[in-house]
Amino acid sequence: MRESYFNSMANRKKVLKIVNFLLLCVGSLLFLSPLWWMISTSLKTMQEVMSFPPTFFPKDWKWENFAKTWEAAPFDLYTVNTLTITVLVVIGQVFVNSFVAYGFAKIPFRGRNVLFTIVLSTMMIPGFVTLIPQYVLFSKLGWINTYFPLVVPAFFGSAFNIFLLRQFYMTIPNEMIEAARMEGASHFLIWRKIGIPLTKPALATVAIFSFNGAWNDFLGPLLYVNNENIYTLQLGLQVFKGEMNTQWNYLMAGSLLVLLPVIILFFFFQKYFIEGINLQSGGKS
Amino acid sequence: MKKKKFNYKRQEGLVGYIFILPWIFGFLVFTAGPLLFSLVASFTNYNITSQMDFIGTNNYEKLLFNDQLFWTSLYNTLYYVAFSVPLTTIGAIFLSVLLNQDVPGLRFFRTIYYLPAVLSGVGVYLLWMQLLDPGTGFINMFLGWFGIDGPNWLFDPEWTKPSLILMKLWSVGGGMLLYLASLQGVPKSLYEAAEIDGASKWQQFCYITLPMITPVIFFDVVTSLIGGFQIFQEAYVMTNGGGGPVNSLLFYNYYMWNKAFKVFDMGYAMAMSWILFIIIFILTMINLKLAPRWVHYEGESKR
Repeated sequence: MRESYFNSMANRKKVLKIVNFLLLCVGSLLFLSPLWWMISTSLKTMQEVMSFPPTFFPKDWKWENFAKTWEAAPFDLYTVNTLTITVLVVIGQVFVNSFVAYGFAKIPFRGRNVLFTIVLSTMMIPGFVTLIPQYVLFSKLGWINTYFPLVVPAFFGSAFNIFLLRQFYMTIPNEMIEAARMEGASHFLIWRKIGIPLTKPALATVAIFSFNGAWNDFLGPLLYVNNENIYTLQLGLQVFKGEMNTQWNYLMAGSLLVLLPVIILFFFFQKYFIEGINLQSGGKS
Repeated sequence: MKKKKFNYKRQEGLVGYIFILPWIFGFLVFTAGPLLFSLVASFTNYNITSQMDFIGTNNYEKLLFNDQLFWTSLYNTLYYVAFSVPLTTIGAIFLSVLLNQDVPGLRFFRTIYYLPAVLSGVGVYLLWMQLLDPGTGFINMFLGWFGIDGPNWLFDPEWTKPSLILMKLWSVGGGMLLYLASLQGVPKSLYEAAEIDGASKWQQFCYITLPMITPVIFFDVVTSLIGGFQIFQEAYVMTNGGGGPVNSLLFYNYYMWNKAFKVFDMGYAMAMSWILFIIIFILTMINLKLAPRWVHYEGESKR
């Protein structure tokens, strides 16, 4: 009786579907649990954090942990610093890469394919190979303890974003560009009036990825910034960790505060995050 | 007439160069120049302030034959890459296949699985230090529910690298989306035809799904291999600037960082960076050479 139930094709499919769904449910609980743990720990008293076995829900919710964390270090200053860098990086990445990508996608010139191959192959170079000589360059320029090393390179193109935006420009028909050329429009005008508006979704993707990258950048500030007044949030959090030792409630509160803008951004602009992934895989979306 | 057209084209070419000028400048100043400098300096005892004497292949010889920590760091990195790359690839494919079955709440699940992948930086490392804490952390509590006595994770040299691999697995959502996009491009008719022929779900996966997504697997493996070799930040933050117990988290880039920016033995560090470059280059070339054997390109429809 039971055997025949499973042997029927339709029933087997149904069972598979349910198993599939249950697996996804269990998986999402596993994926969410670290985030829940971060929230839960951030609200506990130190005594509860240290109690054994650990508790899954805080006994009483210490919301003041967040206020205490915020005041324990100049996080407001770090936020302003981080935002300054992030905004500049996003502006540079969006406009410069869009401009360069238009050139690679829509203007025929000699050696274009060779140069684009070079763009792609630079993605293969391990960062540290150029990091050390770049440090030498920036320190000779007197740029240590300034934001220049973190911001200026964003205005000279990034291979990945050029690639991403070029993929998008390729979907714009050449006839459209040519028609505008016939009307006497310059490429610069076409880029501004046709290119930017038509590639808005891809630009949003680049903006969000760049925001994320700059906001979370730790290596750059660690290397170039060692004056506390110009610390970023990532550096501040790292120092905070040293001061707090294992006071996990405050550490988790700090981590959550630093991660929060990215989480919020993610929920609002998830579409563009996903768009970026699709462009990478050469998808058409 | 002909001459006029020629001029037009030449002008067009010039405009093209103007458009890509920012990249050309950036490439020369931030990539090509530094590469050249680094290659030359790797044969010197450069220390950024006082000295830059040519010392032949001394740095390379010392690294390869006279530096135990170099080999330790290379071993740690290879260990990390050898486990994290296949595990994240398999995990991402597995999740994407589960999501591609017309399940209710696809968008909801997709959001949950992808969210951890967009989070990074010190906040995430701190979170995992707490999750992995042997006494107060979530993971050992979770294992305890099943009667498993969890290891000491970041405090046990045997478990430090698995700890980081576990953390990496939390962010498989990026790869998952990559595969999901490609799975959604597989024509439904292929599965319908296979079903009529009586192929099981597993057979459909092996003979339809897998071949169709090989281009994405290839892209994913190549990029995560390059990325995996460059692991640095998580180890730096999670070991408090040391190398972890018995140097078990002293990764290649970490050791290079110490040489370059702690003791300012820059020539030595740059020699190290070139060895890594060569390793990555060779592995990528092997990948490219092997690709035609297993990567399936459907016609020439793409690009």
